[in-house]
Amino acid sequence: MYAFDIERPSSIKDAVAALQSEGAQALGGGQTLIPTLKARLAAPEVLISLTGISEMQGVCLSDEGALCIGAGTTHATVAREAAVHFPGLAALASHIGDPAVRNRGTIGGSLANNDPAACYPAAALGTGATIITDKRKIAADDYFQGMFTTALDEGEIITEVRFPIPEKSHYMKFVQPASRFALVGVFVAKYADGVRVAVTGASEEGVFRWHDAETALADDFNARSLDGLSVAADGMIGDLHGSPEYRAHLVKVMTGRAVTAA
Amino acid sequence: MASVTMQVNGKSVSKDVEGRTLLVDFLRNDLRLTGTHVGCDTSQCGACVVHVNGQSVKACAMFAIEADGAEVATIEGQANADGSLNVIQQAFQDHHGLQCGFCTPGMVMTAAALLKENPKPSEAEVRSYLEGNICRCTGYHNIVKAIMAASGQDVAAIAAE
Amino acid sequence: MPKDHGIGASDKRREDVRFLTGAGHYTDDIKTYGATVAVFCRSTVAHGIIKSIDTSEAEGMPGVLAIFTGADFADVGGNPAGWLINSRNGEPMKEPKRPVLAHGKVRHVGDAYAAVIAETELQARNAAEAIVAEIEELPAIVDMAAALAGDTFVHDEIGTNQCFDWGWIEDNRAATDAAIKAAPHVTTLELVNNRLVPNAMEPRCSIGNYDAGNDSYVLQTTSQNPHLTRLLISAFVMGIPENKLTVIAPDVGGGFGSKIYHYGEEALVLAAARKIGRPVKWTADRTEAFLTDAHGRDHVTKIELACEKDGTFIAFRTETMANVGAYLSNFSTATPTFLHGTLMAGNYTVPNVYVNVKAVFTNTAPVDAYRGAGRPEATYSIERVIDKAARELGIDPIAIRRKNFVKPDQYPFTSAAGLEYDSGNYDALMDRLEKHIDREGFAARRKESEAKGMLRGLGLNAYIEACGIAPSNLVGVLGSRVGLYDAATVRVNATGNLSVMVGAHSHGQGHETVFPQIVGEMLGIDPASVEIVHGDTSKIPFGMGTYGSRSLAVCGSAMVRATEKIIAKAKKIAAHMLEASADDVDFKDGQFTIKGTDKSVSFGEVALKAYIPHNFPLEDIEPGLEETAFYDPANFTYPSGAYACEVEVDPDTGKVRVDRFIAVDDFGNIMNPMIVTGQVHGGLGQGIGQALLEGARYDDDGQLLSASYMDYTMPRADDLPFYTVDHANGTPCTHNPLGVKGCGEAGAIGSPPTIVNAVVDALQSAGKNFTHIDMPLTPLRVWESMQTA
Repeated sequence: MYAFDIERPSSIKDAVAALQSEGAQALGGGQTLIPTLKARLAAPEVLISLTGISEMQGVCLSDEGALCIGAGTTHATVAREAAVHFPGLAALASHIGDPAVRNRGTIGGSLANNDPAACYPAAALGTGATIITDKRKIAADDYFQGMFTTALDEGEIITEVRFPIPEKSHYMKFVQPASRFALVGVFVAKYADGVRVAVTGASEEGVFRWHDAETALADDFNARSLDGLSVAADGMIGDLHGSPEYRAHLVKVMTGRAVTAA
Repeated sequence: MASVTMQVNGKSVSKDVEGRTLLVDFLRNDLRLTGTHVGCDTSQCGACVVHVNGQSVKACAMFAIEADGAEVATIEGQANADGSLNVIQQAFQDHHGLQCGFCTPGMVMTAAALLKENPKPSEAEVRSYLEGNICRCTGYHNIVKAIMAASGQDVAAIAAE
Repeated sequence: MPKDHGIGASDKRREDVRFLTGAGHYTDDIKTYGATVAVFCRSTVAHGIIKSIDTSEAEGMPGVLAIFTGADFADVGGNPAGWLINSRNGEPMKEPKRPVLAHGKVRHVGDAYAAVIAETELQARNAAEAIVAEIEELPAIVDMAAALAGDTFVHDEIGTNQCFDWGWIEDNRAATDAAIKAAPHVTTLELVNNRLVPNAMEPRCSIGNYDAGNDSYVLQTTSQNPHLTRLLISAFVMGIPENKLTVIAPDVGGGFGSKIYHYGEEALVLAAARKIGRPVKWTADRTEAFLTDAHGRDHVTKIELACEKDGTFIAFRTETMANVGAYLSNFSTATPTFLHGTLMAGNYTVPNVYVNVKAVFTNTAPVDAYRGAGRPEATYSIERVIDKAARELGIDPIAIRRKNFVKPDQYPFTSAAGLEYDSGNYDALMDRLEKHIDREGFAARRKESEAKGMLRGLGLNAYIEACGIAPSNLVGVLGSRVGLYDAATVRVNATGNLSVMVGAHSHGQGHETVFPQIVGEMLGIDPASVEIVHGDTSKIPFGMGTYGSRSLAVCGSAMVRATEKIIAKAKKIAAHMLEASADDVDFKDGQFTIKGTDKSVSFGEVALKAYIPHNFPLEDIEPGLEETAFYDPANFTYPSGAYACEVEVDPDTGKVRVDRFIAVDDFGNIMNPMIVTGQVHGGLGQGIGQALLEGARYDDDGQLLSASYMDYTMPRADDLPFYTVDHANGTPCTHNPLGVKGCGEAGAIGSPPTIVNAVVDALQSAGKNFTHIDMPLTPLRVWESMQTA
């Protein structure tokens, strides 16, 4: 690591102000950023820790029935507190990283980083969630803009995420054996007006919706509905752990399993 | 430099630290609590697991400043008041759940967190909970067995020797 | 009924208490007053010419105390290879110098070409980053076949990338060729034994200390064998007299081979400590461990098994390319040769064996002995080709092995690969394995799996290994430049407790518990009164280290011999105290008794007398009670076993799950069953890891793709099952005093072919035309194989 300072603001307002300074960078749970700092791949002057901001903590239901999660809420808290209202999301949160990572890592940090193999982007896109920042609301369909790229502006922070709660949902992850990130992860959500299917881990463009599957599943929410479909290997990630063809194949397998388990 | 104060194993400590000081380095270098180990750079091996405010965390993936005001528990504070091994520690010794000992502090701290959440975990639950703790010596058999034994389960029938 | 104390009892480990309470002392835990920090500049390219290194900016940076480059070590020696291997044509192997810091060229990613010593780690890292090295990149030599065919060399001065071309046994070559030519059936298999990174959980760490007053050095380091490290530094690299260098390996967090060897960082911290007059500490991060710890395995092999139609083996012929990486690590030349080729007859009476091994330099990290070292490679090749032959011939895999096993009445048995097996009973092992595996129930279990959409396979294997490394006479003939005895000193203190100084270092094996069990039983005293001292060259007589499953068989034997000397002297003292002749004194259960009388003195009384020698017959008996023994074994020991497992393969994803694993081993006599079982478990974890998960992969440019836990798959708890381990009823080793064979590596040797055989069995059950798949059997590999089969 290089040398840097850490500030711990206690309000969103103070955090946003602090992030205006030269070389400032937001620090969520740190589970991705700290290893990055250790490798000297980032050189902030000051880290603005968001974990001490109480208004960014917690899980609740909105008047419209959406599940609202403060961006600083840890995966472990989501796993616990979302279980009643949105078990599909709670189950996803309960399998991110490992128990110690889940006690630190936050939903806001995960979505802001938009790692192509992270789990939360699949849930956000797979539910059509709303990403709320210090200055605006962003629809998930507009938010994810490719690997590690989002609609966030410099210095803008996620404060809350609102998930429309589906009738049924499930996240099925096939893990990359070493990192245990998603080699392919598929979130399926069935709503009264349709089905959404979002895929993480697979594409060079980051999380994406599998529209053909959504259409097929909207007619009949059953794994059999996927029988005639296939996913093109073009644009899929190829690395040590999976070829593009393998990932494309797994997208279909995991989607089917998610539907069955939902 | 910033001043931090925390309760470590029940004792209050205050020190000035740099922003970049990780909790694990604070424990090892400033407090000389070297039982918490560093085995990787990517917060995966779990040799550094401690408890912060009762929750397991990887002390290599948290800054000391972030633990300001917190209660921190490390392996050095786990034994019974009379110095004897606590139930989990004793089960690790009874069931040969450690060999070189390097991953052991993290294993014990993770086991303690598991048993607090889930007092009678199944084999699969133990194995799953250990996802973030890597051991290279034991092949995990005796670690899983020790944790199940520490939870009061009868492990005599686990795989014949 | 297992014993409840002494030899054969499952005493709980005394060392556990410190590890469980955070009171262990690993090297990085040592905080020395005035300590400084060393950080290395490491090559980011696999192969290149160092045109210049500009340290000027770094030198002026805050906290910087010294900077070293390869030029500073140009005049000191290289880190040598411990074994001289001669090629088939009689030429000695090529031995390019392995310098402390790269000089002239960098030869693998991670090769250190400079080091910074600074007050703090931050300052050292900042300065290291400010050093500008101009490195002209050369084509990377990664693939072994291309390395042998090409004209770009890792070491230009030797004009080849071939280290040696070795034949074993060269005189058997013609007969083996002829036998294969004439054989009714020949099964051929090409396979890769995957490259592994040992990954002891404790990264390497070294602290150099220099005392100007005495012109002496202390090196605290993560080592499996501090004496060997001292010897190498003294005799070859730095020329520090052995009596001016103390090497201390405190608690060590696992080794698995990787900490046998001397590394350049150890020499650097010593040189730096002398230069700046302060302690210098270097602690590897995990990335450095991946890039610079000696890797393991990495063989590309073609094996042929010739047999009769009834399955009787006629010949094994093997051609192997063994990757030694960019430099020769200390045991790197022994591993693919004498720890591999000599085992290529397996457990079998096969009359013809010939092995050819070409060792190849590449622009990759050095490769050396890793848990099993050569023997896993041998076992994997043999047991995979046997399985394939059994299928081709339609013979049951157990039956074909039994047909060819060495039989109990054939010992001592000289194998066609030249070793003399002293004891064993392979049929008895297979009998026990068959009892454990419930073969009759397999069909039903396979049906159950199929009902879930899964494929189930049963795999099994037999193995033999050579341990207790090793008889100096024999290894000397085979090219070893060192002897492989070990040593122990038993010191009986005046108050009756014992300090036992042993050459074998304990870093997980439980010596601190087991060795006292043995001494305690021999002397009839409480093992708790025996303290084991190890890991410090200033305290112990000598030691060749802990590897090759040798600690108990070799060092333990030295300890037994020293304890026997103690008993002999104590008898003389007792005889003096009892006013009898030593010949008339019996020693039993800690009491010296005059035969046929009730006159006796206790061991404790004799010990006290030895140090308060009033009225001693000093012309007959020296005061004191301390004895040293060096023990050099007469032969290797030969542990053997029979393993089986069942796996489930998910055909939709290629994921393999190990459902059950049974290991039946013959380790000879067992000193502490609990610890032996733990050693098998650990070996199985690593062997199953090799088979299913682990693989160090370099790309064509020599970049290590799997350089962290993000890409190198370490076995985790949920990757592995509970194991069934059975090591009862072993056949004792015939030539060491304890009858022990060694158990540290077995699990890693026997398990990879078991797993692969099981996965092949599972995939064949789905009607796939499928004979082999290279390790690691990752989901991707299994799935891809199923698409093409």
